[in-house]
Amino acid sequence: MAAIVEWASAAFIVIGGIFLFVGSFGLAKLPDTMRRLHGPTKATTLGIGSLLIASMIYFVLLHQAAGIHEILITLFLFLTAPVSANMIAKAHIFRNEEARRTLPQDAGGSGWATLAAAPNAQEPSHGRGL
Amino acid sequence: MIAAACAFAMITISISIMLNIYRLIIGPAVTDRILALDTMVINAIGLVVLIGIVFGSAIYFEAALLFAMVGFVSTVAFCKFLLRGNVIE
Repeated sequence: MAAIVEWASAAFIVIGGIFLFVGSFGLAKLPDTMRRLHGPTKATTLGIGSLLIASMIYFVLLHQAAGIHEILITLFLFLTAPVSANMIAKAHIFRNEEARRTLPQDAGGSGWATLAAAPNAQEPSHGRGL
Repeated sequence: MIAAACAFAMITISISIMLNIYRLIIGPAVTDRILALDTMVINAIGLVVLIGIVFGSAIYFEAALLFAMVGFVSTVAFCKFLLRGNVIE
């Protein structure tokens, strides 16, 4: 039993290391920012998830109890990776004229990243709420 | 077995951090540099988790969790600054 757990943990560690390397290699190798976003946001998140699974399995073997910390870190990273990728993409579109020109038309007509308010935005109501 | 796997993963993560530093230095746009920093934080979390496995200690996970939170907040703050010219409006 212990040998199986150790093998599984080692396999997950190796897979995680490979995925982290693939994500960073994509970041260094791919030609433009929008394509470079793919490496870190997908492969790297998968790699860190694999490492945390390995850590969970290994600590079950070591202390006979699974930790909640790894699940917390995994959940947090899996929730925040798309948010940060979206923010970086928006900043890139906002700062890059060529990216804005070559993108398809968006539904609202105000562009993918703009400083203007949304066309049907409500006026802030004073005296109500909060 | 675990020790060999950890050594392998540490080597790959170290190479990954070097690739991130390469992108951080040459990155043509400032968004590339933010992306490189974000990836570097994730690689650092991987290293911290590996050190926790090697030493068999559970106290490293708090460090990893703090790294995750601070990395996310700093990425969002950088992007917010680029988008709006201000972090907290």
